[in-house]
Amino acid sequence: MLLYIIRRLVQSVLVMLTVALIAFTLFQFVGDPINNMVDQDTTLAERERIRKELGLDDPVIVQFWRFVENAARGEFGVSYRLKKPVAELIAERFPATLELSIISAILALGIGIPMGVYTALNRERWTAKLFMTLSLIGVSLPTFLIGIFLILIFGVQLRWLPTFGRGEVVDLGWWTTGLLTASGLKSLIMPSITLAVFQMTLIVRLVRAEMLEVLRTDYIRFARARGLKDRAIHFGHALKNTLVPVITIIGLQVGAIIAFAIITESVFQWPGMGLLFVQAISEVDIPVMAAYLMLIAFVFVVINLVVDILYVVIDPRLRTES
Amino acid sequence: MDQDLGTGIPSEPTERAAPLLEIRDLKVEFPSRRGTVVAAEGVGLSLEAGEILGVVGESGAGKSTLAYAVMGLIEPPGRMAAGEIRLGGERIDTLPPEAMRRVRGKRIGMVFQDPLTSLDSLMTVEEQLVETMLTHLPISDREAKGRAVELLEQVGIPDAATRVKNYPHQFSGGMRQRVVIALAICCEPEVLLADEPTTALDVSIQAQILALLKRLVRERGMGMLIITHDMGVIYEITDRVAVMYRSRLVEIGPSDKVLNRPDHPYTRSLIAAVPPPDRRIDRFPLVEYIESAGTTTRKLDLASHWLGKARDFGAGDGPLLRLEHLTMRFLTRPSLLPSRRRWMTAVDDVSFEIRSGEVFGLVGESGSGKSTIARIITGLYRPEAGRVIFAGEDMTAMSSRKEINRLRRQMQMIFQDPYSSLNPRMKVGDIVAEPIRFHRLAESETEVRRIVADLLEHVGLGSRAALRYPHEFSGGQRQRISIARALATRPRFLVCDEPTSALDVSIQAQILNLLKDLQEELGLTMLFISHDLPVIRQMCDRVGVMQRGKLVELAETEALFEAPQHDYTRHLLALMPRMRAA
Repeated sequence: MLLYIIRRLVQSVLVMLTVALIAFTLFQFVGDPINNMVDQDTTLAERERIRKELGLDDPVIVQFWRFVENAARGEFGVSYRLKKPVAELIAERFPATLELSIISAILALGIGIPMGVYTALNRERWTAKLFMTLSLIGVSLPTFLIGIFLILIFGVQLRWLPTFGRGEVVDLGWWTTGLLTASGLKSLIMPSITLAVFQMTLIVRLVRAEMLEVLRTDYIRFARARGLKDRAIHFGHALKNTLVPVITIIGLQVGAIIAFAIITESVFQWPGMGLLFVQAISEVDIPVMAAYLMLIAFVFVVINLVVDILYVVIDPRLRTES
Repeated sequence: MDQDLGTGIPSEPTERAAPLLEIRDLKVEFPSRRGTVVAAEGVGLSLEAGEILGVVGESGAGKSTLAYAVMGLIEPPGRMAAGEIRLGGERIDTLPPEAMRRVRGKRIGMVFQDPLTSLDSLMTVEEQLVETMLTHLPISDREAKGRAVELLEQVGIPDAATRVKNYPHQFSGGMRQRVVIALAICCEPEVLLADEPTTALDVSIQAQILALLKRLVRERGMGMLIITHDMGVIYEITDRVAVMYRSRLVEIGPSDKVLNRPDHPYTRSLIAAVPPPDRRIDRFPLVEYIESAGTTTRKLDLASHWLGKARDFGAGDGPLLRLEHLTMRFLTRPSLLPSRRRWMTAVDDVSFEIRSGEVFGLVGESGSGKSTIARIITGLYRPEAGRVIFAGEDMTAMSSRKEINRLRRQMQMIFQDPYSSLNPRMKVGDIVAEPIRFHRLAESETEVRRIVADLLEHVGLGSRAALRYPHEFSGGQRQRISIARALATRPRFLVCDEPTSALDVSIQAQILNLLKDLQEELGLTMLFISHDLPVIRQMCDRVGVMQRGKLVELAETEALFEAPQHDYTRHLLALMPRMRAA
């Protein structure tokens, strides 16, 4: 067990180093960073001085190591565009994205899993068929379209919900939250639904398919032959076994919600990291791009680690005797 | 052939008290797109307390349908179209679902075929036992836990108090089947249904499980319905036997009578197809009652045909295959530190020779290393130590693919499971043609197609089979496809790894006859692996007995069966069901 976790941790570190290398090469190949920092009338001597000061004349390996060291401390330099430390920018934006993502993930899982179970158990019922048809629409419609529809209906026509931004936020010092004010909560509704729809419909279909598979197995038939109650068979045996393979995908999907909030954030002008990233791309703001890359990689690595540990907790076959 | 067979069966006397379980005129149908399939029709039988009734028949005969009908668990859209099922005189097939659920597990217990898949792997044995008992019995959680340990003791699991906390994967196959039995009897049912309870197990484990079932039935006065395709099991355990053929009951009576003096021609042919353990016969008798037994397809004149050509592989004398000190280990616990790794020795210093033109048998229980040896010989595994010398050449020393392929062309393998050893997305013709194309054995594509057609004719499938896909064929027919594929490289050496253990006994007889014929016609050398001693006796010239990776005895077949030298061989022979001993 311990060995298993240690091995996963080592793998995680390797993944992070690889991503760091990619982020680092961004600096090396996308233009000269000095040019991005100084005016046109800076002398060559002055440029050389800055280069030395920033350590940009050191060997590449040394620079890479310095980058990794700084990244580990959360320092990614200064944004070219906004002239502010990247860490500060991200700290400002991160709460917005995280709150949006967590609410979306809760929606996607909280509705997706029960609906998947329902459609698997009542395959022939018309409600289940309706859900499946709706989920097909959810999978195939692009996110931005759903967002724009929602804005059109609930924002423009009915005027029930705000169409952009986070509304009023409460500053807790280290965190800004929109969950404590009415306008903040109202602002969350449409973006979180938009972001959740795709993942939710995917989870419905995944859980349904896996559950149907499990319901055909011998141990479910044996459970029926033992006269267990339907509830015990469906939720005690079938659902638990269904979740083992489904967890992997769900883990990746939750990662995807955080990473790909970009589109939703653009549609709703949500002041999160995705929006920051889109703006950084258009202005070649490399420190911000590098930091975003590292952060998203970190999120995925952490989620995968959690999934791997969950596997062991759920499935006794993976617990090797010590 | 479709005469009404149901009428000849004397109905049970009705004046007596109601039998424990009674099935009357049962009809089960499965509506499908191609029309309704009748899985059971006009089936009537009864079971008394303390009695063991066997239901025997081949796959698809409707045996399992019987059990599922009794349990009220026929998978929709299948349904019981007619008939009655009574438990202790009370009709149960008309009970509402909730009432029927209370009958399942409480009054009727059921044991399934495959112990590896019938337990929920995410729950401990205790959790599963307690869950079942709490569903049916008015006892507390603590009492249930206490009873769980008692039950495991009763079904013969040593150290029950600690084992009860284990998960299913921590038990061996035989032990798991004991757990399944404990689960089936935990609420003291009156009737136990056992659907092929020992089919997935080794002979020695099978004997133990049958003894356990017999003891439980006698001790508890249960009635047991045991479904099997294995005449040996019927002989060992049952008081009466019912024979099913094509969804109908053709014969029912005391086991002794049915096995020795069967009335119905189907029963006679079924019994005739069982390989006799006590003597060697030339061919298995095929009775026309067995489906598709008459292989009337055109046989080839092998002397002039492509298949018979180029059979002069050079040096004929001396052993064709020699294994020298083969050893193979598998890593069972990986670790960073070599000292903490654990290994399982699958093959332990095994040496033997196979002579040109002989059929060499390897026998042993599962896990004894038989299949590992087959895989080393065909190059699927690389041995850790030792040499494989084929036709005078050391295969283990070869490194170039070209050289190895040249030898591999001369040896082919037939696998156990006809369902997973054929690519379901390829047409049969392409499956058989693949080795010919790979080894470039034919001059043109027309010739390839002609050879494939001939091969399919020769194994009794007919050349039109080439255009169809594997799923359109039954298990026995698929095994014929495998044989045709193996012959397609014109091999001189055939490795058959349990080629018939997934097949019904009548189909087994056909396949074994086919293999025997081919072996004689083509002068093939064969390594024949099986756990089934009677089959080995019919097929092999010499036999090696394997136990835990070691070759413990090697002898001429008749000598081995008549005068076994090693204790383990004697043990195996003693377990062999001797149907005709009575």
